[in-house]
Amino acid sequence: MKMNKLKINKTAKSNFITYGIVIAAFIIVQILVSAGQVSSLMKGLLVPLCTYAILAVSLNLVVGILGELSLGHAGFMCVGAFSSAFFSKCMVEVIPVAGVRFFLALLVGAAVAALFGILIGIPVLRLKGDYLAIVTLAFGEIIKNLINAFFIGKDSNGFHFSMKDAMSLNMEADGQVIVNGPQGITGTPNDSTFFIGILLLLLTLFIVLNLIHSRDGRAIMSIRDNRIAAESVGINITKYKMMAFTISAALAGVAGVLYAHNLATLSAQPKNFGYNMSIMILVYVVLGGIGRIRGSMIAAVILTLLPEMLRFLSDYRMLIYAVVLIVMMLFNWSPKALEWRERYSPKRLLKKKQEAKEGE
Amino acid sequence: MSFISYLINGISLGSVYAIIALGYTMVYGIAKMLNFAHGDIIMVGGYVVLTATAAMGMPPMLGILAAVIVCTVLGVTIERVAYRPLRNAASSLAVLITAIGVSYLLQNVALLLFGADTKSFTSVVSIPAVTLAGGDLTITGETMVTIAACIIIMAGLTLFINKSKAGQAMLAVSEDKGAAQLMGINVNGTIALTFAIGSALAAIASVLLCSAYPSLTPYTGAMPGIKAFVAAVFGGIGSIPGAMIGGILLGVIEILGKAYISSQMADAIVFAVLIVVLLVKPTGILGKQVQEKV
Amino acid sequence: MKKFKQAAAFIMAASMVVASLAGCGDKSAETSAETTAETAGESGSTSAAGGVFKIGGIGPTTGGAAVYGQAVKNAMELAAEEINAAGGINGAQVEIQFEDDEHDPEKAVNAYNSLKDWGMQMLVGTVTSGPCTAVVEKTFEDNMFHLTPSGSAVESIQHENAFRVCFSDPNQGVASAQYIGEHALASKVAVIYDSSDVYSSGIYEKFATEAKNQSFEIVAAEAFTADNKTDFSVQLQKAKDGGAELVFLPIYYTEASLILQQAKTMGFAPKFFGCDGLDGILAVEGFDTALAEGVMLLTPFAADAEDEMTKKFVGTFTEKYGDIPNQFAADAYDAMYTVKAAVEKAGLTPDMSVSDLCEGMKTAMTEVTVEGLTGTITWTADGEPSKDPKAVVITDGAYKAM
Repeated sequence: MKMNKLKINKTAKSNFITYGIVIAAFIIVQILVSAGQVSSLMKGLLVPLCTYAILAVSLNLVVGILGELSLGHAGFMCVGAFSSAFFSKCMVEVIPVAGVRFFLALLVGAAVAALFGILIGIPVLRLKGDYLAIVTLAFGEIIKNLINAFFIGKDSNGFHFSMKDAMSLNMEADGQVIVNGPQGITGTPNDSTFFIGILLLLLTLFIVLNLIHSRDGRAIMSIRDNRIAAESVGINITKYKMMAFTISAALAGVAGVLYAHNLATLSAQPKNFGYNMSIMILVYVVLGGIGRIRGSMIAAVILTLLPEMLRFLSDYRMLIYAVVLIVMMLFNWSPKALEWRERYSPKRLLKKKQEAKEGE
Repeated sequence: MSFISYLINGISLGSVYAIIALGYTMVYGIAKMLNFAHGDIIMVGGYVVLTATAAMGMPPMLGILAAVIVCTVLGVTIERVAYRPLRNAASSLAVLITAIGVSYLLQNVALLLFGADTKSFTSVVSIPAVTLAGGDLTITGETMVTIAACIIIMAGLTLFINKSKAGQAMLAVSEDKGAAQLMGINVNGTIALTFAIGSALAAIASVLLCSAYPSLTPYTGAMPGIKAFVAAVFGGIGSIPGAMIGGILLGVIEILGKAYISSQMADAIVFAVLIVVLLVKPTGILGKQVQEKV
Repeated sequence: MKKFKQAAAFIMAASMVVASLAGCGDKSAETSAETTAETAGESGSTSAAGGVFKIGGIGPTTGGAAVYGQAVKNAMELAAEEINAAGGINGAQVEIQFEDDEHDPEKAVNAYNSLKDWGMQMLVGTVTSGPCTAVVEKTFEDNMFHLTPSGSAVESIQHENAFRVCFSDPNQGVASAQYIGEHALASKVAVIYDSSDVYSSGIYEKFATEAKNQSFEIVAAEAFTADNKTDFSVQLQKAKDGGAELVFLPIYYTEASLILQQAKTMGFAPKFFGCDGLDGILAVEGFDTALAEGVMLLTPFAADAEDEMTKKFVGTFTEKYGDIPNQFAADAYDAMYTVKAAVEKAGLTPDMSVSDLCEGMKTAMTEVTVEGLTGTITWTADGEPSKDPKAVVITDGAYKAM
């Protein structure tokens, strides 16, 4: 009983540290901004940093907690981004208050992404391992491909829709093309701010951490650790898998909303919503430690900042970035490196000293 | 008539996917890792052949040999430096991420060495195209060579794995690394050999890919690499005949989808078919169903 | 151990943030002595500026679109060197800084912010349309003069501070359709375009709209995407089955070189007609120029034109960078000289604030006439250039005016 209590305190402490880091980062940045010490580059990066941190945390729910490899996370982000940008673009005149509009857009983005999470989750979660990974990749690519062939226009007769090109919309002269195929949506109001980003990141952390430490979370982790054993004690595998997958998709949708309202243009390129992006999010998760929420958040920040910090290298920038990525992976994951770190970890050295003292 | 023509085009595109998928499935089946850098090794092979033949004036055969040697050395080195230290890592995902790092690295080295502009590749195949039905159907020399190469490689690999000692060692390692080691198999050596063969196959694939679609940039390998991965899964992971069937089917579906449904949504169609196949047969066309134990 | 790792990671992240913040702090302190965008913007006058115009450039120098970004980067550097050697602009030297955007809007905004930290006063960029649309919002907010060499989408220069050197997409589509119609080049036309690319689909749309007013008919309009651009047999087969006499290719030369080669394999030999994206096809290393025989294109620039200026530019560029310059390079070169002409017209000096420079440039741009590589260019206040497209045809491996 005592043990148990201790454990809860420990997780509470760990969660507190996680929230603390985020809040401290926010305060420090705010102080520096008001002191005029923050470069334009850094200011521009604040919202993307939140976006990628949210993505990393949400994917960690599937990869780390549920234990399934998903390579289609960017697809959910894409859906969230496009649905919310579409909403905001249509509502710019109806709802002039940015805060209210953004909040509604957020709900739209998260809900649509969650819906896609359910729709895709039903077939996908029947599969296992690499097969599951490739089917999520396939869904991600399908979403990107379809959005590139998507045209929606609005005129006095209402909405027009086409899967071929903007001409087939047959709009009146006053018509406005809102989603213009490969060009996507231009002119989304710039409603994302660092403050909103931080709030959403905290919300994401709150949802994920609470889920992990709840009864449901333990059920999900039991599926990861041994599916058959979990099933045999009566855990509803499908229900819990769907739960983790859908929440993760909805949170990715939230990140998409943040992304869409940070840039004046939104288009589904391989670079931002393709499998490359899904893999990049996976990199954050693995580098930060599978199943470790705080780690993936920090890894997302490091890996987003790194290429920007390396700008002075000009042509060698991405090359050095790749090398650093490989070295960090080896340092973080290779058993030999771990052993070496174990031997020279300050904590251990401290312990040794203590032991030596006690021995005296 | 146009259907047959589409079919032929599909097979020639599919044969290129198949030959890449053979190398992919080899590494994938035995080392149990998604080698995201495989496509980029193909790209390196392409540049080696191009440099050897166009810049240094070597005959095509020597160029291919040079590519095979460079890619083999490269593959083994990558395995030694970037993958082996992570073989016993706590999660198998770690090595996947390093592979992505290696992929970025290769692309950016090629970008610095060769520049971003497209290089046109002169086909190394000198067999003329065959025209049938009064010029309506054409089968290019590249297609015939690629399909022949696919069949030879497939047969060769199957024989090698089933009959030779090294091949049996590979099978053993892929089944159970620990048990293989206990049986006296050099696990590190066997996996290195797998990478050597996989990379040599990548070099051959690069020659055929660039002969069939003669444009070469530092990013040439990325998309065929992913497509080959899809083909390998399609056919059943680790199955060598499966990789070939998967590759050819993928090519045919892609072309027919483009022709009869929509050219804008070719990729969506391919992936949708893949999803349907995997839902019906969750381990691919020729994949083995593995029973789970508690 | 776990703690150690987390601590290490956190310290690393924190130190990166601090380093970046501090680094920039230093930078702004250091450059404030000269001319930084921000300080100059606020105080309106800086003393020791004396002689440097800081011009920033943005474009992809890595990633799939790197070839365009690198061409622009090189041409900008070349033009800057020439301008400096000839005494600079209004006596002030020009300094160039080029940042990579990987053809991604988000990275383009990062690149723009990074250039602002460097002290950029005017922007020549971005190279590609999507990122340009994202950046133009930011330059508009900061009221910074923005001239894109090659961002061709309508929205790329939607604000009054932005201008471009290349043609807009609709403009090219309409011009191509009219040219084909007026010269009665064909009665049945097929189009192969990149539906995932803004430039290509933009031209295609206007082309198809204008085609209704012309004497020809579009028998096939087939697309491909960025992820699916190696095999064009289906698109060509459809064109062939439709009986197309001319295939319109509003795409870039990389894919066009594959299309030409595959058409030949199929034994399909229509006329091919393209836009400025096709320029550069003859310069592809190892490309069999015989394949491009008879290809027509509507382009403002041809690398083997006979005039003095083009010859000199191509000569120096090839010598310096080892490649024959493409249309992007020519646009960028013209962009630099446009900046020079407009600055001289308005009598601007480097010690002026970013906003004042922009105001001066906005008026001057509508007044200057630039004799550039891509023709004689004038601008209207909406930022669109007016210049004559030249129709050229490839004969014997070289461009010939039509």
